[in-house]
Amino acid sequence: MKQQPAVVANDLTKSYKSQLALKKVSFQIENGELFGFIGPDGAGKTTLFHLLTTLLIPDTGSASVRGFDTVADYAAIRKIVGYMPGRFSLYQDLTVEENLNFFAGIFNTTIAENYHLIEDIYKQIEPFKTRRAGKLSGGMKQKLALSCALIHKPEVLFLDEPTTGVDAVSRMEFWEMLRKLKQQGITIVVSTPYMDEAALCDRVALMQNGEIMLTNTPQRIVDGFKGELLAVSSDNMFDLLHQLENIPDTAAAYRFGDRIHYVSERNIDPEIIQKALASSGQKNVVIEPITPVIEDCFIMLMKSKSKNDPN
Amino acid sequence: MKGFIFKEFMHIFRDLRTMVILFGMPIAQVLLFGFAITNEINNADIAILDQAKDVASTEITNKLLSSGYFRLHEVIDDPNQIEASFEKGTIKEVVVFEPHFAEKLQNGEKTTIQLITDASDPNTANLINNYTAGIIRDYAMKSNPNAGRTLVNVETTMLYNPELKGVFMFVPGTITVLLMLVSAMMTSISIAREKELGTMEVLLVSPLKPSQIIIGKVLPYVVLSFINALLILVLAYTVFAMPIQGSLLLLLLQTILFIVMALSLGIFISTVSNTQQTAMLLSMFVLMLPTILLSGFIFPIENMPLPLQIFSNIMPSKWFIIIVKNIMLKGLGMGYVWKETLILIGMTALFILLSVKKFNIRLNK
Repeated sequence: MKQQPAVVANDLTKSYKSQLALKKVSFQIENGELFGFIGPDGAGKTTLFHLLTTLLIPDTGSASVRGFDTVADYAAIRKIVGYMPGRFSLYQDLTVEENLNFFAGIFNTTIAENYHLIEDIYKQIEPFKTRRAGKLSGGMKQKLALSCALIHKPEVLFLDEPTTGVDAVSRMEFWEMLRKLKQQGITIVVSTPYMDEAALCDRVALMQNGEIMLTNTPQRIVDGFKGELLAVSSDNMFDLLHQLENIPDTAAAYRFGDRIHYVSERNIDPEIIQKALASSGQKNVVIEPITPVIEDCFIMLMKSKSKNDPN
Repeated sequence: MKGFIFKEFMHIFRDLRTMVILFGMPIAQVLLFGFAITNEINNADIAILDQAKDVASTEITNKLLSSGYFRLHEVIDDPNQIEASFEKGTIKEVVVFEPHFAEKLQNGEKTTIQLITDASDPNTANLINNYTAGIIRDYAMKSNPNAGRTLVNVETTMLYNPELKGVFMFVPGTITVLLMLVSAMMTSISIAREKELGTMEVLLVSPLKPSQIIIGKVLPYVVLSFINALLILVLAYTVFAMPIQGSLLLLLLQTILFIVMALSLGIFISTVSNTQQTAMLLSMFVLMLPTILLSGFIFPIENMPLPLQIFSNIMPSKWFIIIVKNIMLKGLGMGYVWKETLILIGMTALFILLSVKKFNIRLNK
């Protein structure tokens, strides 16, 4: 039998009452891929995950997981996927071990059977296995939730914003765990609002306002950045953004960390910018060409999108 | 499945509030209702209307007054004063001896002692009446061992509430209300809680069937509700000497039927509510209040306006109270409660059907 792609979506559309949450979303995720949906809150990521995990029915369009249709074959899908919802969805009044036991039980398996899958993760929380889940720290809750979603050896793992509300160190650890899981052959579909996590995926889809703007590998997305990116800083950061925007042919100027990223419509000489800023009274202006990251690409995509359809 | 039920028990045992509602409430309610309707009388004020004024009537009066249960409030001479005497509100009972009481008793003729009781507090009235009648019969037996029992006819008149409604009603009523509360409200809240906390999402994206989720949710409550019902019965039997005239087995089976009914109602409520608060409010207004007010627990259905009487027919608790009363108090068997049983079974089937239909295999959005 020919191996079906892990996930396929064709023109998925979903709206709540009058609110359009997803607009004709299409993509394909291959087996064994670590695929990320990147986008801010409200981009439609959770709705998409609900559709893929059979929790919602699309208004139009269709989706399948491992060849099973999310509407007609929902029961088959529910046996082969693992799902970790965006908010912590374990039983807070049960202990770590009881939670894991319970989730193993409802999938007709035992902790022992698939212990190898969760060993790396579970080891870290095992010292607290008699502690109630509600009393765990954010990072530990997330590890427990991942263990529970993995305990039945799912073929496709859906993780909805697993790193939201987790400290930076735990986030990096978590991605490390995901990479190890990928080596076990599990397809991982993950969503995140953190742009810096995109680089850790095999491929990403950039989402905004219920639409996928672009799907590609992180490297190709970055390579596709049009124009030259400059990072600008000065003594008077407060006025700097406004002054940069007033330079002719500015494509985009936006805050990025403690500097301002600047892109021009043409290949502008940094000297021209220096002069323009100096004449506006800026001192100690530092301009430095930098390599764009996913977030820069995302912002440029958003800008060109809103230029194309002003609504 | 086993894991699911274990988890459900853990939720219950680890939540102090749930435990208090589950086991504190029944005990508190039974004791409250039990002691509010006191079953002991001490120095009840009575009046004597002695139209005989002979040896026998004087001896009975003395026996009554020396028993410690009664205190002579006044002596009445005229039957017309009885009403006025009651209206003053102090006396609970008037004992009326007919003329020539001792004479008739001596000659072996039938005599009558009339006991008129203020039955506005039915339980007390019943007790006073029984105590008085007991003392009189005891006297009659001793004075004429052969025929005494048949000679003195104790004629009872209950004023103000002749049918004595409400007596021993508290146990059937309390069982009903508590089972309704524990079964329906607790299950509806516990399912709504899974939805609210998002764990329902995870349960849905698993091979569990809706029926498995429902049974896993319901089974622990069946067990706990049943323990509750037993607890109430034991309390009623030991502390309040509540009789169980009929078959205990039948009573318990009927109780299980009612529990299943209440649980299916609870699941139905949970399928239409997404938060614990909605589930709680729905249970309160749709279940608790009508159960207490319209089931005949506190207010006799016969005394309600006709529309409410008709409406009370759709209250499952009404039928269960009838069943429990018939079995516990009247000692009747299945032959007399089959109609009510069928109604309860019908309601159970309806609610289960509705819940399975309405149970969402996806998210309610």
